[in-house]
Amino acid sequence: MSTETTTATGTSAPVSRAEYCVIACAEAWRDNGEVLASPMGLVPSVGARLAKRTFAPDLLLTDGEAMLVGIDGTVEGWLPYRRHLTMVTGGRRHVMMGASQIDRYGNQNISCIGDWDRPKRQLLGVRGAPVNTLNNPVSYWIPKHSRRVFVERVDMVSGVGYDRAEGARYHRLPRVVSDLGVFDFATPDHAMRLAALHPGVTVEEVQAATGFDLVIPDEVPYTREPTAHERELIRDVLDPKGLRDREVPTR
Amino acid sequence: MTDRTDKIDRTDKTTTPDEVVSRLRSGMTLGIGGWGSRRKPMALVRALLRSEITDLTVVSYGGPDVGILAAAGRIRRLVTPFVTLDSIPLEPHFRAARESGALELTELDEAMFMWGLHAAANRLPFLPVRAGVGSDVMRVNPELRTVTSPYEDDSAGEEFVAVPALRLDAAFVHMNRSDRHGNAQYLGPDPYFDDLFCEAADAAYVSCEEIVETADLTKDAAPQTLLISRHTVTGVVETPNGAHFTSCVPDYGRDEPFQKLYATTPWAEFAERFLSGGSEHTYQTAVQAWHKEQS
Repeated sequence: MSTETTTATGTSAPVSRAEYCVIACAEAWRDNGEVLASPMGLVPSVGARLAKRTFAPDLLLTDGEAMLVGIDGTVEGWLPYRRHLTMVTGGRRHVMMGASQIDRYGNQNISCIGDWDRPKRQLLGVRGAPVNTLNNPVSYWIPKHSRRVFVERVDMVSGVGYDRAEGARYHRLPRVVSDLGVFDFATPDHAMRLAALHPGVTVEEVQAATGFDLVIPDEVPYTREPTAHERELIRDVLDPKGLRDREVPTR
Repeated sequence: MTDRTDKIDRTDKTTTPDEVVSRLRSGMTLGIGGWGSRRKPMALVRALLRSEITDLTVVSYGGPDVGILAAAGRIRRLVTPFVTLDSIPLEPHFRAARESGALELTELDEAMFMWGLHAAANRLPFLPVRAGVGSDVMRVNPELRTVTSPYEDDSAGEEFVAVPALRLDAAFVHMNRSDRHGNAQYLGPDPYFDDLFCEAADAAYVSCEEIVETADLTKDAAPQTLLISRHTVTGVVETPNGAHFTSCVPDYGRDEPFQKLYATTPWAEFAERFLSGGSEHTYQTAVQAWHKEQS
């Protein structure tokens, strides 16, 4: 065990915000069965591997390139981009994507900020967000919850939200995880709902950091505590360098 | 006794980057293989920069190929689902071109793009795809049309985008190895869509790390590595390190320090130092000199 870093190891230190985020991401893949878990970002990646090592052993994972690999890195399959896209359209995949903007119905933008014709800030482009949202479950990971990300209207709909998904038979957005809490769309009109707060966060804090009115239930649960075994896995095995705390500084 | 046909061999398609470019014209639609900053036919792109060819429609899963051509002002229209340097998420020259309104964009989803290539390769006008509907891809590409299933099954009524064929005047791809006739091989983990680019093009040009005898292609490698067949290839160019600075595994990985230099140096300064020398050889020499300075 390294003594050179300041990162908490073992099970003694208190659970950090980043670790609650890992748990909230991992839970996205619970009971998913034999599907590809595609995490974008470090915390979702730790979460997916945590899920696979504990309650979701049948998940498939990639090495970030074209190989399907087990938790020890053993190659078990081949997944070049062309087959990856078939996995998407075949529905056997649950991706957790990022979002530069997201609105109350889960419309997501990773393409550009401002007017598309001449953007103020060009980003990646829509990538595979349109095909993903119409074909396999898509969750989102937002490491810094703010009104700049949680907006009334996104500038370029890349990932399709519930209000634009009428007739899309395979459209499903299971959850949005941010550094403040967990959100879902389990409301009559699929408007975004606060589903859980990470311990230490208040409802007021979340609403203040969100650019639209969230649906707030009377009772909001907290993100569950990691088990002692999960804490050990996160701290000593999956992310011993503590990179999660860089993606989600405690604030 | 020998048959007279023994002396007749298949067409030798070997050529040079500058000869390839001399067969192109301004205004063409050019497909570029690879993905992001991976196995891009950069030596051929660099040869394009040495020509006067411009006003291109570039079709690419975009990386620095797009960035360089955009920075040099050679792209009229770009057809792409993204442009990225992978380890550096945002391509600086593509961003600058978009933010200054310097190029027209056809922004497609990754799967739409792939099926557009499939349609072109199969001489179909379009293919239906469950992607795009509901997204702003439909808003920014008002020419896109939708279709419904002609069959009475449980998909009745669902709208699919009829992705138009992405037919290419020419395509550039980079492979690990090829023979002189255009049978080309990838030895890394991912073929990307390079075979489709060749099949979708009227003329496809394959650059490679090494030209080998046909028999040597499968001496130590499985036949599935033979991604591209000669009937889809017009010219073959041997350009060692020709994907630089993008990755071309197993021959080499991405040159990350150099990519960072590319992404952080003003274009004119970068082009002057590395791209003004008049040949691929002078580029490679300038890169070596830079690396020497760093060590």
